[in-house]
Order: sequence, then structure tokens, then C-alpha cells
Amino acid sequence: MGSRNTLGLAAALEQQAERSKVVIARDSALQAANGQPDEKRVLSLLDRAIAAHTGHTQPVEAWKSIVERGHARDKVIGLKTNGLGGRGISTHAVLVFAIAERLQQAGVKPGNIVIWDRNARDLQACGLTINTDAGRIRCFGSDTAGFEDTVETWGSSRARFSKILTRECAMVINLPILKDHSMAGVTFAMKNMYGVVERPQELHANGCNPAVADLNAFPVIRQKFGLTIGDAMSSVYEGGPGFHPEHLWYPNALIVGEDWVAIDQTAWGLLERKRAEAGLPTLEAAGRPPRYIATAADAAHRLGTNDPKRIHVVEI
Amino acid sequence: MRVGRWMEKAAIVALVVLTACPGCRKAKVDPFPATGTIAGWQKTDDTRIFEAKDLWQYIDGDAEHFVQAGVVQTATSDYSYNGQVEAVVDIHTMGNTDGARRILETGLTHDAKAVALGDEGVQYAQSVSFRKGIYLVRIVAYESTADTPEALLALAHGVESRL
Repeated sequence: MGSRNTLGLAAALEQQAERSKVVIARDSALQAANGQPDEKRVLSLLDRAIAAHTGHTQPVEAWKSIVERGHARDKVIGLKTNGLGGRGISTHAVLVFAIAERLQQAGVKPGNIVIWDRNARDLQACGLTINTDAGRIRCFGSDTAGFEDTVETWGSSRARFSKILTRECAMVINLPILKDHSMAGVTFAMKNMYGVVERPQELHANGCNPAVADLNAFPVIRQKFGLTIGDAMSSVYEGGPGFHPEHLWYPNALIVGEDWVAIDQTAWGLLERKRAEAGLPTLEAAGRPPRYIATAADAAHRLGTNDPKRIHVVEI
Repeated sequence: MRVGRWMEKAAIVALVVLTACPGCRKAKVDPFPATGTIAGWQKTDDTRIFEAKDLWQYIDGDAEHFVQAGVVQTATSDYSYNGQVEAVVDIHTMGNTDGARRILETGLTHDAKAVALGDEGVQYAQSVSFRKGIYLVRIVAYESTADTPEALLALAHGVESRL
């Protein structure tokens, strides 16, 4: 018994040490009267989320630590948004501006910040304006920058990567928006990488499994992406990834972490709770469980953990 | 630039021909109401047309769902109502009526309100969808005002009468 307890404690300590932190920061009063997130409250929510993630209570120090951790001092930092769903269900521009503001306060030059996505239309859907002027914060799509000629392969995935990822950025912050997905079940941290390759439509077979996991295993993604600041200020719990106002929902949250498997596992749970509340079947029952999450955690991929016991969800 | 414009016009003509062909009973009509033809509504963007193989460029992720249901082509345009509500109209040309039914019925919830549009129509506070023959139409508003449901319905009737 004693030895079992000792073993149990050791195992528990080991597990504690290996747990992946996922921060869920909420503000129930986030939405302003016009139905859009309030700018000041978003900045404050971001600060709280980043403080909980980094352990630094001062935003400037927190962001300096993020830049250092990404080895990106004096280098180009990308902000990868998601505007695929069109206006109404894309990464909110107000969040992107808040992050760009904090990066600049941490010493990043405006010209070293690139906001990017698949194309100009997706960026405009977020409420962003295209700009390629090198002296200011740049904002343009892979349709402008182009894709690498070389087709790379990992597992089932064949991909040509955006030159913004391969040539421009030293580090990229992932800014997905939480949505239901008609094929994959859930689209959030890992699925947002479909927007960094030339032909994402070829990666949708079998509920995007194992394609999502395979794509996220490419070295260029593992090396350059670290932090996810997930936009869960609004979401669609059914009918995604497009905008379905009848299934719009306001979690009023940011979900932050570096273990994208843990983030997606946590986000899946949130989505399922909302679906249950709305009287909808589970994603499993609907025939589209996000199986790629478990695949990403398997021995072949090792991209993170989907084991709830190894995920430390910090709700603030 | 001129070539791009020409191709755009050719694509619209192609859509018009396609929409006019079943039975060839109707004159060739652009299914997208022009500015001023439906009270308060302005067509604010050029019509964009995507063949099934290119649909991912418009609705990546959702495209496969439509392809499986037999979509042939999707045409889309943006609209504005009195400068207060912005909306998008999508007209999907399916391979057959079952495909249109399948897409329409996916994701319907108990609060969907049945409306008299085409063969079957449903309305929510910010959207109207209906099917008519091989066509599936979805109109989504980005803002919700007191006028939105009625305005969307008027626009939907405008599209329906042109199909």
C-alpha cells in the first residue's frame, strides 16, 4: 500500500510536471452595444490571458518574454489570422490590433510585424486593411507573397508552404477562431494551419484525419509557430466553418497556450457543451468527431497531449 | 485588367444561361437583383462564380460538403440594405433537386421558421435559405436590426422570382 502510494505520488508529480497549460480568459461584458467586442476590454482580456500564460503580470515584460522565447528579437513576427468563414466569423481585427500594439510596446518595430492569411479577401473579412508598405505593420496574403515551388511531404500530407511562413517570419503567433467544422468537427489551433499551404482542399479527406496532424508535424510549422492566442470571443457551434448567424454563440473568451493538441482538446469540450445546451447531438453522433486531435497526440506525431489529466486548464 | 473584366462578364452570362436553361421557359435573367429593383437593397459587389472544383477558394472546409451533395457551381454577391445591413447572397446550382434538399436540411434547428419561398424555405433572424428545383439559395445578414428579417425576405423573393 505504502509503495503504491509512493508510486502514485511519483506518477502524480511526474504528470503534474508534464501537464500542458491552457488558459481560458473570459469577460462576460466583452461585447459592446454594437455587437462587436469592445476594444478596451479586449486589450484587458488579452493582458490577463497573457499574464496567466507567461507568469508576467506586466504586459510589456510578458510580451518581451514571448518574443525572446521565439528567438524573434529584431526579426519578423507573423500573426496568422483566420478569415475563411467570411465577415461575421473571422479572427477579430480588434484582437489582432491589441496584439500588434503590445508587440510594439515590447520593442518590435512596426515593419517587423506581418499580419497574414490565405489571401486579401480573408484578411478583409477580419476587418483588416491590406498594406505592403515596409515601414508600417504589413498585412497581406499568401496570394501576394506566393508559395514555395518545392512540394514537401509528411505522412499523408503534401504541401507547398506560403513564402510568408518560410521566408518572411522568424516566428508566427497563431490566431485562429473557434468554430464547428462540417468535415473536421472542430476547427481551431491546428486546423488553422490549412491556411499556410497552397491547396488546403486536398487535405479534407476522412474528416481531415490524419491530414491535420500530419500538416502540423512539418518542421517549418513546429519551429516557427509556438503560441496560440485563440479567438473564442464569438463562435459558431453548428454549420461551420462558414458564418451561420443562427448558430452564433459568444463564449467571450481567449484561449491561450503552446500545446495545440491540448488547446484543441479543450476547445472541443467547450463546443460540445454548447451543442448539448442547444439540443444538438455530439460531434461523434453527428458523424464528425475531431479524430485528428488524438492522431496529433499519438506516438507518430507527438504534437502534444489530448489526455485531460495532463492538461492544466487555467480559467480566469 | 480588361481581360479580367471580360472574363467576369462572360462568367455572369454563363450563369444566366445556366439558370435559364432548365426547360428554357424563361428569358435569360440575372438571378442577382440589381440595385434598386428590391426596395432598399443595393448590390455592392460584382458577382463571383466558382465551379465545383474551385469552390474551396470561397468556402474551404464547407466546399467538400457541397461537392458531396453534387454542387455544380456557386455564384455569390454582396448586398447592402439602406446602408445599415450588409448581406451576402449565395446561389448554389446543384446537380439535382435532392442535392439542394440535402444541403438545406442539414443543420436545421427547431427555431427555423418555414417561409413560402421556392419549393421549401426557412428563415432565422439573420438568414433566409430556400431551394427551388436544382437551386439552393442562402442569404445571410451580418447585422441584426428590426428590419432585417423582412428585408431579407424581400431580397429572397427577388432572387426566387429570377430563378
